[in-house]
Amino acid sequence: MKIAVCIKRVPDSETRVKIAADGKSLDEAGVKFILNPYDEFAVEEALQRKEQAGSGEVVVIALGPAAAQETIRTALAMGADRGTLLQADRIPADGLAAATALAAELKGGGYDLILFGKMAIDDYNHQVGPMVAELLDLPCVTTVAHLEIEGGKGVAEREIEGGLEVVEFPLPAVLTTDKGLNEPRYPALKGIMAAKKKPLDVKPAALGAGRMEVVAMTPPPDRKEGKIVGEGGAAVAELVRLLREEAKVL
Amino acid sequence: MLAVLEQRDGALRKVSHEVVTGARRLADALGGSVDALLLAAGGVKGADQLGRFGADKVITLTNAAFGMYAPEGYARVIAERAATGGYRAVVFAASATGKDLAPRVAARLGCALAQDVTDVGVEAGAVVVTRPVYAGKALLTLKLAGTPALVSLRPNVFTPVERPRAGVVESAAVDGSAGRVVVQRIRAADAGALDVAEAPIVVSGGRGLKEPANFKVLEELAAAFAGRAAVGASRAVVDAGWRPHADQVGQTGKTVSPTLYVAVGISGAIQHLAGMRTSKVIVAINKDKDAPIFKVADYGIVGDLFEVVPKLTEEIKKLHG
Repeated sequence: MKIAVCIKRVPDSETRVKIAADGKSLDEAGVKFILNPYDEFAVEEALQRKEQAGSGEVVVIALGPAAAQETIRTALAMGADRGTLLQADRIPADGLAAATALAAELKGGGYDLILFGKMAIDDYNHQVGPMVAELLDLPCVTTVAHLEIEGGKGVAEREIEGGLEVVEFPLPAVLTTDKGLNEPRYPALKGIMAAKKKPLDVKPAALGAGRMEVVAMTPPPDRKEGKIVGEGGAAVAELVRLLREEAKVL
Repeated sequence: MLAVLEQRDGALRKVSHEVVTGARRLADALGGSVDALLLAAGGVKGADQLGRFGADKVITLTNAAFGMYAPEGYARVIAERAATGGYRAVVFAASATGKDLAPRVAARLGCALAQDVTDVGVEAGAVVVTRPVYAGKALLTLKLAGTPALVSLRPNVFTPVERPRAGVVESAAVDGSAGRVVVQRIRAADAGALDVAEAPIVVSGGRGLKEPANFKVLEELAAAFAGRAAVGASRAVVDAGWRPHADQVGQTGKTVSPTLYVAVGISGAIQHLAGMRTSKVIVAINKDKDAPIFKVADYGIVGDLFEVVPKLTEEIKKLHG
């Protein structure tokens, strides 16, 4: 089985967000970057599928700055075979521009599966995977939480409001992974050492023109100072009164 | 504007009213009309009510393969319609279906897509949106170039507003198959149970509940809201296996924006706040007066949840008498 996994370097979820001087982006000074947590499910799934098949190759592809080579090394340390960085100083706000660059790299690669995390925890764009599928004319299932593959067919389950959708699709296909699909492994020391020697290509990303302009990045509006209504059960009546008369939500 | 609506089992989904409301707002700013589009196997219950929320026209396109969501079939039909209809914007719901469908349509049209937006407007003739990034720790304002601009709206944010229009109802059959990706069936959660992402009231519990069986006190509180509330959970209790992942609110769970969010025994880790900070009113009940959840809560009660929550349930029951 030949599997591609598209990954992204993102700020750690604990990052304190400071807006850069341009008023449009994150001030990256002192920010710790990690492999996007949803992409870890994609890497793990690829590794398990290859292990079950007994042969194959797992290729990780990242779009991002030179520093994203570290992120690729993390996936290689988990067990992926080789990596490619499509280098771009800035990842465009326009998801379709990113998808176009990735699709150009993936095209003709002969992959049985192309995996993405369901979204990145920095921009929450939630679109690049299914866009790549459309650009390559491949079947796609998003936010996969359970997966079975047999022969050239797969059955995936994805969470929808009030239930699970059971979806059938033929291979090759593009899938985006959700929490619950598997438990991503931690890279072992041996894997980390081996990763240093695995091949990692770097080439410029073919991004094209973006269709989206960042006007501003702003802090979220402060929630107005809340109040402690009181302590214990005695405060409940007053809480209900405030919810009715002040907040008007009951 | 083209408003792409959703149905399940032949009935309009509630989020559709919000999509029409958002599309109407854009139409009023740009000076245009709203076509509401439904894909279904037959007639859709509730479609004739959409004029109330600002739809000039309601178009139901029917195909035997479109009863359930058909990702490729839907994307093809919507992209064709959007390409030939002269629309300035196409508005989706940022629901499980909308978030899957909108990127497919955007890629087919070669157009920009902003997902899960919390505000839409028009500046100098261009569609401008606001969307939370970095787990809600910042907001991004984006201008979408090109036509049509695609947006999906975060559920529960665009409160439906009545702006009556003609709401002319049309229906036509469309050709084609569901495509290669086929939804076989929906495994439903408890019948009638509201999803946390869509419920107007969410009552969430965390580690403070101490053990899984104690979620009963939250289920009773939710039940007191007479079918308007769902029970959510923090990551800690989902990871511990106390509650299903479908109920998880937060960065690796669902993003919710209910009218009322009640956080019970939840300390308020940043990952949890990411999933609920756009709620309209937040109530926190926690033993620890220094818990970070009190920093985002509008109203807090410091105390033992096992004493406070049953009292609250009683009071709510009285209101619904």
